[in-house]
Amino acid sequence: MLNLGLDILGLARFQFGMTTVFHFFFVPFSIGLAFVVAVMETMYAIKGDKDYKKMAQFWGKMFLYSFAVGVVTGIIQEFQFGMNWSEYSRFMGDIFGAPLAIEALAAFFLESTFIGMWMFTWDRFNKWVHTLFIWLVMFGSSLSALWILAANSFMQNPLGYIINQKTGHVQMVSFGKVVGNPQLWNEFPHVIFGAFVTAAFVIAGCSAWRLLKKDHVTFYRKSLNVALVIGLIFSLGSIASGDLQTRYLINNQPMKFAAMEGLYKNSTNKGEWAAVSGFDTKQHKTTWSVDVPYVLNLLSFHKTTGTVKGMNQVNKDMHAKYDKKFGSDMNYYVPTKTLFWSFRIMAGAGALFALLAIVGLIFNRKRSQLIMKQRWFLYILGLCLWLPFVVNTAGWFVTEFGRYPWIVYGLLTIADAVSPNVSVASLLTTNIVYFAMFAIMGLIMIILCHRTLKAGPDAENTDGYSAGDTKELDPYSKGAFNHD
Amino acid sequence: MTSLQLLWFILIGVLFSGFFFLEGFDFGVGMLVKSFAKTSDERDVVIKTIGPHWDGNEVWLITAGGAMFASFPMWYATLFSGFYLVLFLILAALIFRGVSFEFRANMKTDTWRNFWEWAATIGSFCAAFLFGMLFTAMIAGMPIDKNGDMTAHFGDYVNLFSIVGGVAVTVLCLVHGLNFMRLKTTGSLRDRALAWNKILYPVLFAGEVVFAILLFFSTDFFAKKPMTTTAIVVALVIFTVLAYWGVLGNHEWLSFIGSGLSLISVVVLIFNGLFPRVMIANNPANSLLIKNSSNSPYTLHLMTILTFSILPIVLIYFIWSYWVFYKRLASPKQSA
Repeated sequence: MLNLGLDILGLARFQFGMTTVFHFFFVPFSIGLAFVVAVMETMYAIKGDKDYKKMAQFWGKMFLYSFAVGVVTGIIQEFQFGMNWSEYSRFMGDIFGAPLAIEALAAFFLESTFIGMWMFTWDRFNKWVHTLFIWLVMFGSSLSALWILAANSFMQNPLGYIINQKTGHVQMVSFGKVVGNPQLWNEFPHVIFGAFVTAAFVIAGCSAWRLLKKDHVTFYRKSLNVALVIGLIFSLGSIASGDLQTRYLINNQPMKFAAMEGLYKNSTNKGEWAAVSGFDTKQHKTTWSVDVPYVLNLLSFHKTTGTVKGMNQVNKDMHAKYDKKFGSDMNYYVPTKTLFWSFRIMAGAGALFALLAIVGLIFNRKRSQLIMKQRWFLYILGLCLWLPFVVNTAGWFVTEFGRYPWIVYGLLTIADAVSPNVSVASLLTTNIVYFAMFAIMGLIMIILCHRTLKAGPDAENTDGYSAGDTKELDPYSKGAFNHD
Repeated sequence: MTSLQLLWFILIGVLFSGFFFLEGFDFGVGMLVKSFAKTSDERDVVIKTIGPHWDGNEVWLITAGGAMFASFPMWYATLFSGFYLVLFLILAALIFRGVSFEFRANMKTDTWRNFWEWAATIGSFCAAFLFGMLFTAMIAGMPIDKNGDMTAHFGDYVNLFSIVGGVAVTVLCLVHGLNFMRLKTTGSLRDRALAWNKILYPVLFAGEVVFAILLFFSTDFFAKKPMTTTAIVVALVIFTVLAYWGVLGNHEWLSFIGSGLSLISVVVLIFNGLFPRVMIANNPANSLLIKNSSNSPYTLHLMTILTFSILPIVLIYFIWSYWVFYKRLASPKQSA
C-alpha cells in the first residue's frame, strides 16, 4: 500500500465530517420547509385564499427533494457509527442506542408515513385534515432532531451515567438526566430555530430572484412576506438561544469558549473582545487583534465586569484533571482559527438575517411598491439564500471541533473510538465514492430547485408523470382507479 | 440470559421480518422499473405503487439498526464494522434507488430519465442481493477475534453459499414485488406480473432447494437444532408453494401473503439458528452471545416500555396509510 500519509482515524473523521455536513444541508432545510409550508397551508385553510395553497404546493416541491436526499444520507449517518466507530458504539451503546431507536420509532415513522399521505392526497381529504398531515411531518422531523441532539448532548456533556467497572463502558442510570441535559435544551431550540431561518431565507432568496424578473409578482411577494416574518421571529430566536448556549459553555466547555473568542490568555476585567484577530497556533498566542473593551463581558456575563479563562489556562487545568487517566501527552487545544471564524460567521449572519427581514418587511408592505424598486435589496436577498447553509455548517464546526480531542467529553477520545478492523483502503474508497455521490446529489438538488423555480407556481405537478403525457392525472384521484 | 435480552433478540428479529416483508416487495417493484414495465407510462404506474410507501418501509431498516444499537451494541459494532464493504455497497444501492424515484420524475431528457430508471432497477437488485449475501455469510461464521472485531476477507463473504443466499433473497423479493403488482395494478401490468411469476416460481423452488442443501453443509444449524431448522425450512417451502398455488389459480392475496411469509421464514430461520448467539465466529469461543452483547438491564427495561407504548400507535397509522392507498392504479393512457 502506498504511504499517502493517510490513517484510519483521519479518514474516518473526514468521512464523518463530510457526511454530517452534507446531511445537515438537508435536515434544517427540510425541517424548516415543513414548517413554512405548514404555515402556508394553514393560512390557506383559514383564509381560503388559493394563493396560499399554491404556495404550499410550490415550495412543498423543494421540500420533497430535500427530504428524499435527507433520508438517504441519514441512513449513512446511522450505519456509520457501527461501521467506522465500532469502539465508540460499544462504549456508548447503552446511552446512544436508546435515543437513536426512539428517533426511528417515534419520529421517522411519523414523518415518512405522513409525507406520503401529504404528497398524494391533495384532493382526497378535507383541507384541515390535509394540513394536519404536514404538521405531523414537521412535528416528526423536529422530534427526530430532539433525539439525535440528546445523543449529541451526552457527548458534549455526559450526564446520568456510570462507568461499568467490568467493561469500562458507559451505562445509563437515569434516562431523565440524559433527556434533561441542559446542553440539550440549549442546543435543541437553536438548531430548530436555525432550521426555520434556513428555509425562510431560501424561500425569500428564491422569491427575490423571481421578483427581479417581475415574474408572478403577487405570488412571490406573498411568499416573501411569509418567509420574512418567519425569518425575523426565528433569527431573533436563534440569536437569543445562541447566546444562552454560548454562555453555558463558559463553565462547561471552557476550551471551546476560549477558542471561539480567540483567547489564549485569561481575559482581564476590562473584557476586551477581539472583533478580528490573527493566531500563532503553534506558539499558542495571539499575534494581532482589533479589540473592543467590555464587549466580551457583555457577551459572556451580560455585565461589564468579569474574567474568562484563556486556552493556556484551560489546557493546564485539563492536564491536571485528566493526565492520570489519559497520560500527559494529550493535546487539549482545539482548532482555534476554525472556531474563532466559524463563530463570527454564525453570529454575524444571525444579525444580518434579522436586519434583512426587518428591511424586507418594510419594503414589502402591502400597498407599497418599494420592494420592486429597491433592486439592490432583492440582489442581496437573492445571494443570501446560500448563507444559511454556510452558517449551519459553521455552527456544527464550533460544536464538534470544539469537542476535540474527546468524542465523549472527558470519557473517550476520538482516537480510541475508531473501528480497529477497518482498513485504510476501505475508508479511502468509501470516502471517494461518498464524496462523488454527495456532489452528484447536491448538484441535482440545485438543478431541480432551479428548474422548479423557473417553471413557476403554475406549472403542472409532474411528480411521477412524464412531461409529454397528454393528460396528467393524479394517480389517487377518483378518475385514476379502475374498480373491479 | 435474561428474559429482557431474549425479548430484544426476538424484537430485532421482528423488526427485520417487518423490513423484509415490506421492503421486500418494495425492492421487487424497484427491480421491475426496467424490462418489466415497457413504456414510460407503465413505469410511472410501477413506481407509483410504492410511491407513498417506500420511505416508510425503509424506516423499518433504520429502526432495526437503531434497535440493535440500543439493545445489543456489541452485535451492532461487530456486524457493521465487520461487513464494512458489503454495507457500504448496500448504502450506495439504497441511496441510488431512494433518490431515483423523486429525481426521475423531474428529469426533462429521456437520457436522464433512463439513467434514474436504471438506478432504481440496479439499486433494488443490488440491495436485495447484498442483504441476502450478508445474512448468509453471517450465519456461516466469520473470523472474529477476542475483542469482537471481525476481519473478514473477500472469500469469507463472497462464496458459493453466500451467492446462492443472495440470489435466493433477490428472487424472493422479485416474486414478492410481482405479487404486490398483481394487487395494485390493472390490465396489462397485472397480467404480465402473473405471467412472470409463473416462470419465476420454479426458479425460486430450485434456489430454495440448493440453499437448504448448502445450509446443511455450511452452517451448524441442522447439527445444533435439527428439529426447528427442518421445520422452518419446510415452512418456507410450504409458503412458497401456497404463493405458487395463488399464481396458478390467480388468487392474488394468497400469493402476496405467501411470498411475504416466505421472506419472514428466512429471517426466522436465521434468528433461530443464531440463538443463543448473535454473531457466529469460526472459533466458537469468540462467538458473540445474547447474554454478553447486550446493554444494561436499565436501558433494556426503558427501551421495552418505550417500544411497547410507541409501536402500537405507529402500527395503527402505518397500516392506515396502506388502507388509504389500497386502490389499484392504472396509467392515464391505459383503457379501463
